[in-house]
Amino acid sequence: MAFLSIERITKTFGTLTTVKGVDLAVERGEFITLLGPSGCGKTTILRMVAGFETPTSGTIRIDGKDVTNLKPHQRNIGMVFQAYALFPNMTVADNIAFGLKVARKSGSEIASRVKEMLELIKLPQVAERYPYQLSGGQQQRVALARALAIKPQILLLDEPLSALDAKIRVSLREEIRAVQRQLGITTIFVTHDQEEALSMSDRVCVMSEGRIEQLGTPFEIYNYPKTRFVASFVGTLNILSGRVSDGAEGRIVVDGQEIVTSRGLNGASTGDALAVALRPEALSIGRANGSSNNLEGTIDEVHFLGSVVRIRVRFKESAVSLDTFNRPNAAPPERGQPITVNFGREDILVLEGAPN
Amino acid sequence: MKQSRLFPWIGFIFGAIYFLVPLIATFEFSLRMQRGIYSFKAYQVVLADPGFQASFSYSALIALATIIVGVALVVPTAYLVQLKLPRLRPVVEFMTLLPLVVPAIVIVFGYLRMYNSSSWLPMTGSARSTDLLLIFAYVTLSLPYMYRSVDTALRTIDIRTLTEAAQSLGSSWPRILIQVILPNIRVGVLSGAFLTFAIVIGEFTMASLLNRPAFGPYMQLIGANRAYEPAALAVIAFAITWACMGLIQLVASFSPGQKR
Ligand SMILES: Nc1ncnc2c1ncn2[C@@H]1O[C@H](COP(=O)(O)OP(=O)(O)OP(=O)(O)O)[C@@H](O)[C@H]1O
Ligand SMILES: [Mg+2]
Repeated sequence: MAFLSIERITKTFGTLTTVKGVDLAVERGEFITLLGPSGCGKTTILRMVAGFETPTSGTIRIDGKDVTNLKPHQRNIGMVFQAYALFPNMTVADNIAFGLKVARKSGSEIASRVKEMLELIKLPQVAERYPYQLSGGQQQRVALARALAIKPQILLLDEPLSALDAKIRVSLREEIRAVQRQLGITTIFVTHDQEEALSMSDRVCVMSEGRIEQLGTPFEIYNYPKTRFVASFVGTLNILSGRVSDGAEGRIVVDGQEIVTSRGLNGASTGDALAVALRPEALSIGRANGSSNNLEGTIDEVHFLGSVVRIRVRFKESAVSLDTFNRPNAAPPERGQPITVNFGREDILVLEGAPN
Repeated sequence: MKQSRLFPWIGFIFGAIYFLVPLIATFEFSLRMQRGIYSFKAYQVVLADPGFQASFSYSALIALATIIVGVALVVPTAYLVQLKLPRLRPVVEFMTLLPLVVPAIVIVFGYLRMYNSSSWLPMTGSARSTDLLLIFAYVTLSLPYMYRSVDTALRTIDIRTLTEAAQSLGSSWPRILIQVILPNIRVGVLSGAFLTFAIVIGEFTMASLLNRPAFGPYMQLIGANRAYEPAALAVIAFAITWACMGLIQLVASFSPGQKR
């Protein structure tokens, strides 16, 4: 059985249901990320695990024990907040020691644990400083140390990096992951940054409007998105709307042009609307022969990004973006120019659910 | 000087004259007890008066008790209202303002009706219980100032996240209040405390009607019967108030954990 198991939890605030029957099983030592747009219920789930909110229905189990109705201070869960939330009146050492003092540990034990934690976050020199004397990145590392000092069963992080600037964010996410691996602590990380989610996690849980859209490894989520939402939220996938012209052979008509998938479309009947996704890196310019698909369109937009030129090709209703390398000797692509885009049959991802 | 600067300056000078001239005149008068020369004789007389010492220490003690009761009442209330019942905030704010609207004399007459020696709770029955009543009365009187200082201080920190951080570290409510919230609103609590002190030291109506030997009635007594001493007393009272204000500034600038 999973170490942390969230079973069919729902949360309703007044008339608004923000979490709608979520099931999630997190294995011991796993790093799972909740990824989704603002307001999709990520924080609410985290707060229910921490005990700051009680689910309207459903059960939360930690190590087999039902904790659904336990108070936060009875759960032994470490929490890191976006706003750091260090106690401003205490030094770094006192902040880290707080949870240990609450647990009535001996003075010598507290001292050695604080030292150990400061070394873990690579900030042994700041013990006597106050939070306002630290940078944002340092404060967040101290907050991590404070949460970990009590040896929690589970570590929860709610967008811990959003308040930091881009460079620190990247280095700190590596650091958080390293610490997590070193301690082997079961972790739930919340973010709305897809790159953060893909780069850090064992598994990513993509959420939308209070539901889980897809749960899988970063590789699965990125390469095989199941729904249109996941495809558009994770990465810069191109999404085309089409209609089935021959289900068994996998033929789909997009803006009057036919494309063929490598596998047949099970259960689809002629005339069904559906959505397919194409990764930008699967697209190339020019007409390809053999079994590849070709779509004819016109160049809609050209963005010169340096070594890469990003162009957008419009068919009729749909459009795709793709990157080409900059070639100083060739004429640059121009808006309005007709162009053919080709891609392999196996590159077409057929998305679940109704297209919209 | 530019035209636009002129009027504020005139206003400032007028205000300063309005405030300072009587003060200087009082001070000057208080120095004239001995014929022909300036001296601090009046101050010596006042400070040496056992009545002064007794009433001042009585009032100081009552003020201290008022502060303790006030803080114990206001801090948890303001904290819980902000954290759990934000919709109740206007109601609580209105209630804390009532003592400014209802005159002290009305409050004290109400007390005398409610708690006289033949009522079901005869708090005016003995001197000690009347002291207690006086303390509660002063808590009410200082409520607008204490609540406002504490509430403002609470707004400057993120009490929700700090509370949740402490909770997830295993902390109970009393510990959160005493170790996390109180130290971070120290400046607000102390300025509320000094304002309370200044109010209690000078208060006359309640102490007098409850017949307690406080500093306010003592000042009134001296004022009615002597010539130079009241002036000296007024200056001393001013000095105490200013000392309180100065202390507010001082604690605001010396607090660990905050940028200076
Ligand atoms: N205490 C509350 N009372 C009422 N509504 C709430 C409460 N907490 C959250 N909500 C609502 O629940 C929804 C989900 O909120 P939640 O904070 O879980 O989103 P989120 O995914 O964390 O978003 P973000 O990325 O912006 O942090 C929002 O519409 C929010 O307004
Ligand atoms: Mg959130």
